[in-house]
Amino acid sequence: MKTSVSSILIWLIVALLGASAIGGIALHRGESVNALWFVAAALCVYALAYRFYAAWIAAIVLTTDSTRATPAERLNNGRDYIPTHRWIVFGHHFAAIAGPGPLVGPTLAAQFGYLPGTLWILFGAVLGGCVQDMLILFFSMRRDGKSLGQMARDELGAIGGVAALVATFLIMIILIAVLGLVVVNAMKHSPWATSTVAATIPIAMLVGLYMHKLRPGQVLEGSALGVILLLLAVAGGCWLDGQAGLRELFDHPGLPLAFAVIGYGFAAAILPVWLLLAPRDYLSTFIKLGTVIVLSLSIVWLRPDIRMPALTQFIDGSGPIFGGALFPFVFITIACGAISGFHSLIASGTTPKLLSNERDIRMIGYGGMALESLVAIMAMIAATVLDPGVYFAINSPAGIVGKTAAEAVATISAWGFPVTVEQMNLLAQQMGEATLFARTGGAPSLAVGMASIFGSAFGQGMLALWYHFAIMFEAIFILTTLDAGTRVGRFMLQDMLGNLWPAMGRTSWYPSVLLSSGIVVAAWGYFLYIGVIDPNGGVNILWPLFGISNQILAAIALCVATGILVKSGKLKYAWITALPLVWLVIITTTASWQKLASSDPRIGFLAAANSLSGKLAAGALPPDKAAVAPQLIFNQQLDAVLVLFFVALLWLIVGDMLRVCYRHLRGKPVPPLSEVPHYPTRLEESWQRD
Amino acid sequence: MAKRLNNVLRALWRVIRELSGDDGYERYLAHHAAAHPGTRPLEREAWFARQQQQKWAGVKRCC
Repeated sequence: MKTSVSSILIWLIVALLGASAIGGIALHRGESVNALWFVAAALCVYALAYRFYAAWIAAIVLTTDSTRATPAERLNNGRDYIPTHRWIVFGHHFAAIAGPGPLVGPTLAAQFGYLPGTLWILFGAVLGGCVQDMLILFFSMRRDGKSLGQMARDELGAIGGVAALVATFLIMIILIAVLGLVVVNAMKHSPWATSTVAATIPIAMLVGLYMHKLRPGQVLEGSALGVILLLLAVAGGCWLDGQAGLRELFDHPGLPLAFAVIGYGFAAAILPVWLLLAPRDYLSTFIKLGTVIVLSLSIVWLRPDIRMPALTQFIDGSGPIFGGALFPFVFITIACGAISGFHSLIASGTTPKLLSNERDIRMIGYGGMALESLVAIMAMIAATVLDPGVYFAINSPAGIVGKTAAEAVATISAWGFPVTVEQMNLLAQQMGEATLFARTGGAPSLAVGMASIFGSAFGQGMLALWYHFAIMFEAIFILTTLDAGTRVGRFMLQDMLGNLWPAMGRTSWYPSVLLSSGIVVAAWGYFLYIGVIDPNGGVNILWPLFGISNQILAAIALCVATGILVKSGKLKYAWITALPLVWLVIITTTASWQKLASSDPRIGFLAAANSLSGKLAAGALPPDKAAVAPQLIFNQQLDAVLVLFFVALLWLIVGDMLRVCYRHLRGKPVPPLSEVPHYPTRLEESWQRD
Repeated sequence: MAKRLNNVLRALWRVIRELSGDDGYERYLAHHAAAHPGTRPLEREAWFARQQQQKWAGVKRCC
């Protein structure tokens, strides 16, 4: 590329603007800082990283070759290998990677203040997450679209392959449980939210019937019908909430709702995909993209002030939402949005089979993740435009701040975040909810933040509608992830069981479908159940566990990438994946160690189990808590074992990667590179690039 | 001016159709005609069922 004076000047201005925006939000103290600075900082950081770092990686480290035929071109079968225009691939890839993770993580991490989470989202993404996504996409593309597990097995050895498989399965279980918990907490004692979320099921089925039977393949017609029905369901929930007699049918505590979600998950896993999963996914993708675009435009248009301080006193680990100090827990809490191991499964799944030109990996791999990171910044803004007192009142579990409203506001105000019972009652009334105290899980506070942003943009009169729209928006794609995750978990389990008993491996054999779906649902259902009966809300246990497992999957992906770089003779560039890998190993090992060994019962699983059994033995627990205490104690011990297992898995694969690299550098035999040889492309350049 | 706007809107509509998979059957027919001339392509309904089944056999959605 030619460098001209004007382009140097433009990039200099972007760099200066970015540096002053970051400096502004980092050093700002006292009065509130404007949300626009966050957006400016983010856009400048992504632009610079994309223009220079990503371009350098593509050209110098990976040496992408646009004359080389991609697997989509060579293996074009019109089904999964299809050469596709890069903007279309970008859309598919982004819709696949952006789920509820980047919305919930930043909301929870805002308890440390706005600064730590924001910086980690920005720099974690451009130096870690985007690099991971782009490299795995590239390596998978050069291997005909092989999955991460296959690449780990081929490039590192059997240990790497098994580790990737086991980690993927476990992360899926914990992910589904924690997302299920988020939905349950959003529906608890809210007839409006519950009825709206329940209505999404028959609506999805109707759309499924429409697309499958009535007008086969008419995706846009069916989706438009579904989106209209979903909006009507949000309004219908309001009507239902006002009908005495009807509203009681949808007014439930957590436990029955959790069982309903578990039953739904099982049904969704065994029903044909066209009936529930596929149509729900069309709806959730449209709603998701639409809402994210409207939220971003509203933030830019309204330029709201951030009320949360840059740092709170909770960086010492005493935070009410989850226990644990800034280091390492901010890096665990925000996985999606900064670096998410799960992306490596998408980047080595459908996407590499669609690329029509090698050059496109920068835009799709690196750019796709940068856009997800921007979504996480928007979630951080939505959480921090709330009054900090309100934010803590919504997100703190009753077990920490006290059961009654008066106790809760007294505790939170004593922390230096003033809030009153009247203020919370008025807010709950505006949002059409009975109460907003202790609505843990992140979804209600994100919905309040989004409703207040949308309310300022489109009129305050509709706050309650916006709130329940936001709840529906979160619930619909959480349930999509839940359906899809249960299904993938079922396939993985069938694959594993098939090694022991071949009949189990047949994915369409009904007894095997029922049994394996049942096992997967029971596994996440257990964690969901425990989360619901836990008086501290469960999210404080499950979310860190999810963060650790997702980061460990990222570490496995980076091990595969580092191993391939070293084996391809690019040792001097291996730092691009080795540095994020070292950082992930440090934070996950530290976090796991603290979750295991900390003597603070709010952080350490074993300390919590011991403290609870001590209280139980001394008879210091009220009867309702004593009844569930044995289950909670067992769960804490199980979580300790799980964390130990995760970290052992991590060190095993890091050790295996180092062994392979060492042997390669000493000239000893290692598994050969499995890259497919070069074939020249025959695709017409004019057809490709318009 | 009006013609240009018309072209832009048409292009946008094509992108939306391709992104959502709305034009999938047309693409399938075109591919089928080119790759397997002389054989009968699947009917719309059978094609859609096969395509959905295949789409959801792997990791398609993330956290």
